[in-house]
Amino acid sequence: MSLANLNPQQPKTAEMAEHMAEVKGRSLWADARVRFVRNKAAMVSLVVLILVFLFAFFGHLLTPYDNETIDWNVLGNVAKVGQPSFENRHYFGFDDSGRDLYSRVVQGTQISLMVGIVGAMIAVIVGTIYGAVAGFVGGRIDNAMMRFVDIAMSIPYMFVLILLLVVFGRSIGMLFVGIGLTAWLDMSRIVRGQTLSIKNKEFIEAAVATGVRTPTIIRRHIVPNLLGVVVVYATLLVPQMILTESFISFLGLGVQEPLTSWGALISQGTSTMNYGTLWQLFFPLAFFVVTIFAFFFIGDGLRDALDPKDR
Amino acid sequence: MTAPILTVTDLKVWFDVRKPGAMPWVKPRSLKAVDGVSFELSAGETLGIVGESGCGKSTLARAVMQMVPIEDGRVVWLGDDLTGLDTRQMRKHRSQMQMIFQDPLASLNPRMTIGQIVAEPLKTHFPNLSASEIKAKVREVLDRVGILPNLVNRYPHEFSGGQCQRIGIARALVVNPQLIICDEPVSALDVSIQAQVVNLLMKLQKDTGVSLIFIAHDLSVVKHISDRVMVLYLGNVMEIATSKQLYANPKHPYTEALISAVPIPDPKLEKAKEVMLLDMDLPSPLDPPSGCVFRTRCPLAQPVCAEVKPPLEDKGEGQLVACHFR
Repeated sequence: MSLANLNPQQPKTAEMAEHMAEVKGRSLWADARVRFVRNKAAMVSLVVLILVFLFAFFGHLLTPYDNETIDWNVLGNVAKVGQPSFENRHYFGFDDSGRDLYSRVVQGTQISLMVGIVGAMIAVIVGTIYGAVAGFVGGRIDNAMMRFVDIAMSIPYMFVLILLLVVFGRSIGMLFVGIGLTAWLDMSRIVRGQTLSIKNKEFIEAAVATGVRTPTIIRRHIVPNLLGVVVVYATLLVPQMILTESFISFLGLGVQEPLTSWGALISQGTSTMNYGTLWQLFFPLAFFVVTIFAFFFIGDGLRDALDPKDR
Repeated sequence: MTAPILTVTDLKVWFDVRKPGAMPWVKPRSLKAVDGVSFELSAGETLGIVGESGCGKSTLARAVMQMVPIEDGRVVWLGDDLTGLDTRQMRKHRSQMQMIFQDPLASLNPRMTIGQIVAEPLKTHFPNLSASEIKAKVREVLDRVGILPNLVNRYPHEFSGGQCQRIGIARALVVNPQLIICDEPVSALDVSIQAQVVNLLMKLQKDTGVSLIFIAHDLSVVKHISDRVMVLYLGNVMEIATSKQLYANPKHPYTEALISAVPIPDPKLEKAKEVMLLDMDLPSPLDPPSGCVFRTRCPLAQPVCAEVKPPLEDKGEGQLVACHFR
């Protein structure tokens, strides 16, 4: 029995198909995008996050003041004359040293977002490569690589970070090194686990049987299937990085003057709480909380959108 | 019969199995997944491989493809010994032998379009082809397996199981291989789709003269498609015969038991039929019985079976049987 007998329409439809346009398929990414757009909390968070980014990049255009000039008329009398006001265009008031707080928050937002995103990127790149190699190669190499991760994880990272900053001096570069050293560990574990489950799928076996080279298999078959997990984890990692940096800056070890970050601004705001200058705490804290919330909601939305079981 | 394109001689695949929690210096036990299998395959022939779950069917297929490490034995493909070739040398042969898998959807990368999936073997083995040549070839082969070629940009999850299996067949077929190993290609499909896929394979074989190794545990499907059938038990060959011989006149007691268990689609005959039930479960391949591996469940077993392993002998008209008493 031939195929034509099975389906008498077949040759005809095939002929028709020649004249039809190629149908565009909907990839899993497209499906996920539709689900993500339907998630209201995630979409609102995305808008908020875009506004925060716009604020970080273009916020300085809205004010005539820079973040360095000290207004000597205000210094020493901030609680009385340094309040937020639209009339004198100090929207967020003054900080304790008589500088424009709005410009300071713009600067702090830039630094905090940079720390969060660069830190998460280091973690994602190093962790993904490390985990994918360990998982795909397997055997002894996998064992050695993952035991190293176990050992590195068992060292309290906050302790390492503080020690690094104390020994090598407090600089933003050292902060990246310290955060980068520890943040990729979790990522590599997650990626390795995911790689192990993908590695045993039949489409990998099919690629091996066809004779596709190992680097191509990792690039073409493993990594695209890992991306869902990696993207979700990365969006959850950014706020974690911002939190870590803020905590370190709050302790006074992180970003140093004249640079600033949300953590440093919150720290300064807290120290002057008793003098009636609550806006110095409120503005940086509001940006901090809103951004962290937005990142978490987006991460959550992505996780729901990329979950293949939800299809 | 023409000269064989594939000759497998005394193939052994053993896996090291460690006890959970064993110390690294404790010697692992070996699991004899395939233990001394020999067979030949001619051009255009279909060899069916049947046996219980865990008897080494899939491992045998992967050993032929050099995808699991081989303990001992030879796999000669078109005059070249494949055992011991490194990955680069082996890659040359990989375009000649392709594989079809059990789970149709899992064997297709969910992030690639079916056009990309079918094109992958072409891109791997013929890197000089232009994009338009690849596209034309992919469309042609998709048309041959009965998938509308204008669907090339669709993703695997948009197809049914039977369609996915056709796409898998198209991927195997696109490089014009001489051998396709089908590892339970129809087990995950329902019966009507099974028939379509099996008939498609037979039609393609008639058109292209490709050889097939068809692994299944459904004896009626194997009977339909195979020229010869090999019965495996615990990594050993029990019987190799043409499918006509095997079904009309099974010689090995294990084959008899297998064939008696095939359901007959007629309730009256099915009720009257006598099923030869085997005692006990499959012995552990970690600790196979001495002598003949089947003796623990064999109705004919004698003391000699525990001592001497029966050789695979010609018991007339090319029917090879490994039993002392048949």
